[in-house]
Formats: sequence, C-alpha cells, structure tokens
Amino acid sequence: MHLGLDEPMRECQYNQICTRNSSPMETSGHKKKRTPRRKWQIFPGRNRFYCNGRVMMARQTGVFYLTLVLIMVTSGLFFAFEWNNPPFQMVTELRFRQADGIYSTQSTVNLCCPFLASNLTPAIPVIGGVLFVFVLGMLFRASFSDPGVLPRATPDEAADLERQIDAANGPSGPGYRPPPRIREVVINGQTVKLKYCFTCKIFRPPRASHCSLCDNCVERFDHHCPWVGNCVGKRNYRFFYLFILSLSFLTVFIFAFVITHVILRSNRTGFLSALKDSPARYPFTGAECVLWSILGLSGFHTYLISSNQTTNEDIKGSWSTKRAKDNYNPYSYGNILTNCCAALCGPLPPSLIDRRGFIQPDTPQPVLHSNGSSMYTSTQLHTHMCDQEHCIQSTKLVLQAAATPLLHSDPVMMGGGGPPLPGKSSLGDPCASLAPSQPSLPSSMPGLGCAGDMLILRDPDTHCHHHHFVSPEETPSPGPMPLTLPCAAHMTHGGHINPAQLYGPASQDSLHEDSVRGLVKLSSV
Amino acid sequence: MAETHSLQDMRQQAAIAAKVFIQRDYTSGTVCHFQTKFPSELENRIDKQQFEETVRTLNNLYAEAEKLGGSSYLEGCLACLTAYTIFLCMETHYEKVLKKIAKFIQEQNDKIYAPRGLLLTDPIERGLRVVEVTIFEDRSLGR
Repeated sequence: MHLGLDEPMRECQYNQICTRNSSPMETSGHKKKRTPRRKWQIFPGRNRFYCNGRVMMARQTGVFYLTLVLIMVTSGLFFAFEWNNPPFQMVTELRFRQADGIYSTQSTVNLCCPFLASNLTPAIPVIGGVLFVFVLGMLFRASFSDPGVLPRATPDEAADLERQIDAANGPSGPGYRPPPRIREVVINGQTVKLKYCFTCKIFRPPRASHCSLCDNCVERFDHHCPWVGNCVGKRNYRFFYLFILSLSFLTVFIFAFVITHVILRSNRTGFLSALKDSPARYPFTGAECVLWSILGLSGFHTYLISSNQTTNEDIKGSWSTKRAKDNYNPYSYGNILTNCCAALCGPLPPSLIDRRGFIQPDTPQPVLHSNGSSMYTSTQLHTHMCDQEHCIQSTKLVLQAAATPLLHSDPVMMGGGGPPLPGKSSLGDPCASLAPSQPSLPSSMPGLGCAGDMLILRDPDTHCHHHHFVSPEETPSPGPMPLTLPCAAHMTHGGHINPAQLYGPASQDSLHEDSVRGLVKLSSV
Repeated sequence: MAETHSLQDMRQQAAIAAKVFIQRDYTSGTVCHFQTKFPSELENRIDKQQFEETVRTLNNLYAEAEKLGGSSYLEGCLACLTAYTIFLCMETHYEKVLKKIAKFIQEQNDKIYAPRGLLLTDPIERGLRVVEVTIFEDRSLGR
C-alpha cells in the first residue's frame, strides 16, 4: 500500500527501530574490531552472567537472595545473642544458689562438659564460624558455577543429524506421522531412550535433561533449585549436597545451643516464658523453620547419592522395580561406598560452554535468540530458520513494531502475503525475497518438519510444549499465534530461501528483518 | 603439492567439501566414548586402521580423565577439605588430560590428517558431543 512512497523516511524508520532496540548488529561491525566479544554475551540459554562471565546463574535469582539473607540473619543472631550470653559461659546459678543462697558469678561452668570448659569454650564459636563459612562457600559454588550445560549444536551438526534421522525414517507419504525422535541404546543391559532436544538440536546424552527454566540441556540433570538460583547437574551436584549437609549441621548446631540457652533460663521462669523473653527466640524460630526441611532434604539426597540416582530419575521412577521386574539402575557401581565416592570425590569435569572464550569469527555459532541477530559464517545458513526461540523473538519484535503507529502499515502489507513484491521494494531486499518464497513453503515441508512437531506438541515431557506456555506470557499476543509459530518455523526448515538474499545488504536491518520474517511465517500458516 | 599445505593455509584457502561427525557411543554409560565405526565418506581419504586408532586413543585418553581411582579420590577429598579453593592454584586432573588431548589432536592433524586434506576438531570445542572431521576439497585432483 505504501510501496514506493517516502522511501527515505521509511529507511529512517527502520533505523529508528534498530537504534531503539539497540541492535548489536549495527555497531558490532565496528565494535567487534575494537572489543572482541566473549561467548557468554551470545549464550542462547536463559541465564545471567556476572563478573564478565565468571559467574553463571539462572534468570530468577530472588529466592537465592532470600536463602542468603536467611542464613546470614539466623547465624548473625546466633553469634550475636548466644555469644554474648552463651549457655557455656552461664553460671550454674542453681548449684550456687542451693549451696549458699547467694548468686555467684565467679566461676563459669560449661554445662555440657564441666571439666573441659576452658578448653572447649573457644572451640564452639570457631566450629560455628567454620561451618558458617563452609555453608556460604558451598552455596556460592553451587549457585555460581556451570551445572553442566551442554552447548547447542552447530548448524552443521544439526543438519547432519536431521539427514540421519530422515534417512532412518525413510520417505514419508501423505498423512504419515513419523515417530518422535528417539534413539535407543543399551547401557549395562538396560535399554535407555535418548530423546532429541528440539531446542538444542542434539540427542540428549543419558541422564541429561532440558531445563525449561534455564532453557539449556544439562548433563546428569538433578533438578532446578530456586533456593540456589541455578540448576543442579553434573558439575555442581557435590557442592549442592555439601551445602545442604553443612547447612543441616549448622542448623542443628544453632538449634542445640539455643535450646540449651532456653532450658537454662526456664529453670527460673518456665519454658514458654523463657522462650518468649529470651532474645534467643529469633535464632530459634529461624533455625526450627528450616531444620526439618533441610534435614529431610539431606537425608533424601544421601539416599540418592548412595544409589547413584538423580532427583529427576527418582521422581519419574525410571529405575523402580514397579515399572518392570528386571528394572535396575545401570549407572550404579554396585556398592554404596563407590557410589558416594564417585558422586562426591570423583573427577570434576570442566565446563563445556567456555563462557569466557572469545568469539572467533570463523567458527560457526549456534542459533541466537536474545537479540534476534544472526552471525553465521557457516555454509548452511538456512538451518537457523527453524529455531523456535528466534521465531518467538520475531513475534515479540513484530508486536513491538505493530505497537508503533508509524509502522502500522507494514504488518498489514506483509500480512497480505500472496502477490510477490516488485524487485525494488522499499522494504528492502530480505522482505522481497521472502515473499516470493512463501508459496513454496508448504510444499517444501519435510515429513519430519511440522508433523513431527505436532506430535511433540502433545508430549508433555518436552520443552517444546513448555514454549507454548511460555510464549503467551512473554508476548501480549492472543493464544493461537504462539502455537503456530514453531510449526511455521519448522516448515521453513530445509526450505528454498536463498540465504544470500537474506543476509546481503540488510545485515544492519536484522531486527526489522526478523519481525518481517515472523509476520511472513504467521501469514503462511 | 597440495598435500603439504599447512593447517592455517588449508583453513583459509581450501573450501570445505563436507563434514563428518563421529557421534558418542553411550553403550558403556555416560563416560566420554566415541564410536569407532569408520564413516563411509572418509573411505578414499584415509586408512581405516589409522582412523580407528586415532579414535581409540582419544577414547582411552577420555577414560583416563574420568577414571575413578585412588588419585582422583584423593584430589576430590583434598579439594573438599580446602573448600575447593585449591583449584585456584592447581589444575584438575581432567583439565590436565584435556590439554594432553588437545596436543594429541594437533599432532594427528599435522602428521596424518592435514596431508590428506582432513581436519579433526577437538571434541571439547563441540561440547564433547562429536568428533568433527572436516573434509577439504582435493585440489590435486582438479576438482
């Protein structure tokens, strides 16, 4: 409708979008030469990085700060109140009162071990202090380290896997639904199914799982812990376990001394009133709240370690004999001691994601999602098109663009869809190249593309399903749109879009490109 | 002769004809072990025995890295006692073996694979998922 009109103005509008959304593509050409970017800056998962990539956490960190505050406040109160008026420095007032009717404050007696009082007294706060420092150390280690994230497949790898899967499944007829992508492998006599991860484009190794909160596949995935603000996986499980174990000891330690303090006071006034009056009620309350849950959790994880299972496997009952009579855990080493040693003292594998490494210009990068820009140098550019995150991001950009009155005409025009735009379109080359290829999209649908995803849509276990729940929250769009997007995204997989046309002159216009692409996909469904 | 191109030259000048991916073999559990099956794309490029020997050595090196034994337990216990601060000063056993692997792959590339127009990529750069073998165009055949 507005073709050919106000071309310079339209270009200005595109530039406005780019700068408003601070696309790195515009400035990256200049900036990359000066400040090489590190890999964490383009990491596709939903993680947060601090200290220039040294610290890696989940996106939601509020509960982690709560954990920190609870530990520090309870311990701080304990050290403040109990140390000022500790039971081990308290006078055995009863004894002296009974003896001569006079309160004596001359001698200090440790009620626990009277004959070792002078030796033990300094040891107790030291032990408390050491425990406290150890708890914090393990917490930080569990929270800040990489849990064992598997990096996403490069486009070449993904294409190779797709080819293998297509070859394995054979030609598909009309209405043929290919089975979900699963590989079976026999490990120590047990058949284990390896599922294909649509986000990471890999077959997940055994015991790996995709965390929907962090949007990463994690090796030996245990669970996502909001208290720790990170996933618990292969690389940080031992820190997590040591954290909850030492926290149990610290909580019991605090609880024990607080109870002792209150009991001593209650000799005079009675237990409940002593509890009410004593400042020890603060650490007491704090300690008791967490004591049973922490003790229970430690016990549970001790059981898991001794049987070499993950929380994920235990909850699903993967190796339970209820599933099948001859079901057993193929990863267990047979005895409890070896299982414990392997989990806690085994070799610590290094991080696979190399967060602080510099981005090499000649290495292929996996599909990005955070800023919608693509920086491929690999030969197979079209494989990035089937990234769901990319599509969801495109929708967001579309909606943002649609919200501005200046650009209101654009969606309307592209939504019209059908007739190919003239070669020299004021919208730029990518849009023009996309439009003519639209009619080819449905016919280029591979057997495993859309239909495969439709199957996955019904599988509650996969993250693909999760995306459909996440995206309505992320975008203000109405319901149907997000559901169709991944399908449309996969329809373009292996499609006939010429990569050169897409990435030629419009490299600085990537955001607009993405939003238009999203619209095109919408209209093509 | 084209066979004597250095690795750098190859990467910069030669065009990539294809890439072959050697996948992981999970039959012995979660340990890092690659399939030793010889891919058909490399049949006219390299000797099957030589390739399998490379992969077997790689597998042995990874097994050494992940081995559970006295030394790894000792390292783990010591690390735990020092609240893992010891790793600020020293490398883990795994990292030491990874360096050995990187050296081994570099050596193999220089001696065996580059002269044949092939390039092995260190699996750690691919997240220990695959061994990527890049096949470069064979210019000597005038292709």
